[in-house]
Amino acid sequence: MAESRRVEIKASAQVRAVMEQHFRELDEAAKTGNRKIAWCSSVGPAELAISMGFLVYFYENHGAMLGSTRTATDYIPVTNAVGYSPDICSYLTSDIGAYLRGETPLMRAYGIERVPKPDVLLYNTNQCREVYDWMSWYSRELKVPLYGVNTPRTQRQSREDVVESVAAQIEEMVPGLEEVAGRRFDIDEFREVVATSRECSQLWEECLDTAEAMPSPMTFFDDCIHMGPAVVMRGRKEANDYYKILLAELKERVEQGVAAVEGERHRLYWEGMPIWGKLRMMSELFARLNSCILVSTYCNSWVFSALDPKDPFKSMARAYSSIFIGQDDNWKEDYIAEKVERFNVDGILYHDSKTCPNNTNSRYGMPDRLSERLGVPYLIIYGDLNDLRCFSEEQTITNVEAFIEQLEE
Amino acid sequence: MTIYAGIDIGSCTTKAVVIDQEDNIVGSHVRRSGVDYQSVAREVLDTALEGRAWDNIPIVATGYGRHTIDFAQEVKTEIACHAKGGYHHVSRALTLVDIGGQDNKVIKIDDNGHRLDFKMNRKCAAGTGTFIEEIAARMDIPLERLDDMARKAEKRVKIGSYCTVFASTEILSHIRAGVASEDLVRGVFESVVDRVMEMIPLADPLLLCGGVVQYFPIVADIFRERIKGEIIVPPLPQLTGAYGAALFARQSAG
Repeated sequence: MAESRRVEIKASAQVRAVMEQHFRELDEAAKTGNRKIAWCSSVGPAELAISMGFLVYFYENHGAMLGSTRTATDYIPVTNAVGYSPDICSYLTSDIGAYLRGETPLMRAYGIERVPKPDVLLYNTNQCREVYDWMSWYSRELKVPLYGVNTPRTQRQSREDVVESVAAQIEEMVPGLEEVAGRRFDIDEFREVVATSRECSQLWEECLDTAEAMPSPMTFFDDCIHMGPAVVMRGRKEANDYYKILLAELKERVEQGVAAVEGERHRLYWEGMPIWGKLRMMSELFARLNSCILVSTYCNSWVFSALDPKDPFKSMARAYSSIFIGQDDNWKEDYIAEKVERFNVDGILYHDSKTCPNNTNSRYGMPDRLSERLGVPYLIIYGDLNDLRCFSEEQTITNVEAFIEQLEE
Repeated sequence: MTIYAGIDIGSCTTKAVVIDQEDNIVGSHVRRSGVDYQSVAREVLDTALEGRAWDNIPIVATGYGRHTIDFAQEVKTEIACHAKGGYHHVSRALTLVDIGGQDNKVIKIDDNGHRLDFKMNRKCAAGTGTFIEEIAARMDIPLERLDDMARKAEKRVKIGSYCTVFASTEILSHIRAGVASEDLVRGVFESVVDRVMEMIPLADPLLLCGGVVQYFPIVADIFRERIKGEIIVPPLPQLTGAYGAALFARQSAG
């Protein structure tokens, strides 16, 4: 097979440094107790916790690390054995399994022996109920308080009653967090973190939008790496500093016509979760086929345009309730259609992720509806975010090659 | 005589087809793929060549093992090759169903032979050739007797499991209930058709190919009962992919 034709992004070294700094701070806090630690779901109330002095650890990020290091399948059976089904979220099962085995990919990546112990656990069900189930387990295991936001899902965007309810729930967390933090909530500090988070979101969106260029300077596989700071450090200046560097490089690549996939012939959309343990394999497969996956729902999910420091509780509620995953199919289809047209996409890939029904959009007729509406063909790839036992590499390669052949006809 | 070869290294069997400039099959061979794809593919092609020299034959490889052999000038997916081979028989819009050893494919093809859409079964082998082999082994019935037995069925038995292992246990429960073997075998073939029909709406003309269709003609008869319209079974349906690969070889050679 042909060698990978990916042209590396120079900022990759910096993203690793930013992520390492994040984990080192957490590790130090866990060891010395110099800062309180909040565990938070990826689209949870992180800004509130940051404004109250917490260092925030994102457990879904740890799940993704277990997936990308291909260790998840060692741990999923451990959790299955304590009563959690192999059919449920494989972030949850791999993460709890790793905990039960006393292991973490942080060791190999940064020499950090264990996941930083939380002082408080936070979640938001805007993505799924599993984050609640996941953190409930840790709350019982570690005897740590659990606070959450229960956001209704499958709704039309920006329903005011939902925004009001979510804003109230976020505000209700304040007394509990004050108790754990040992300090008072300060609205000005909160506004500042929301403003920083908003800027991060804007910068990340600008980075993603550079993929409108033909050829695209960045692939979905690059996005999956570079989105790290937007997930784990949004609300902090370091993330924004990083995205300014990345954005400058991407603009330079566009100006110079540097292609992320040499000889880009096909421009594809990725719908659904990444298959973390197969990012490299998939990246090389598509590069070999001169096909660039350049826009995705997943990596755009950390764009929170509604955040507004003038009205931090309500705007945060609006931003986090209006994420793609929580909306109905009509809204989702309009969202994908806009991107397919703006990014000149000629094929849509849907990842049917076995254990993540909430982030799978190929099960209720959407591919056929959108294909008919846009005249753009699609392919469904069967796999999973972490459980590689649900993924057939051979079948996937055949399907992808056949799909690209079809685009060439 | 100028000749062209297509070789389809499938999960169960490897097929080779040699054609002349008029697209006539002048040689073919099939054998189990085993574990050494490269040497099996060489052997199968060598037999199909019937003593002709290997030198300078345009060869296209397809099937699961397509990337594992080093003597093909070009590689195409089995989707492309089945579409090519199947379209050659009808030269008009069609839906092609291939029931292979490990997977099923449904391919929609337009009037010009271009693929419009395709679907492959998901990871489970239920409804494929491997499924039939597994059930035959479980029931201790030689494969070559299955077609005749199914034709003697008097009752319809529904086998609904998606999973080959669960289908086996479903059959065991029917055996315990005293269901006749003929009825069960018919139920197995009915379930093969069910699994295909669940993949995508099927419309005629429907071209059926693959080893299962070749060795068990009752499968085509069940499709005829289910689908109103034209059902086409090409000669040597198991060779459709290899034949399509040979057609690509001729096309690329100019």
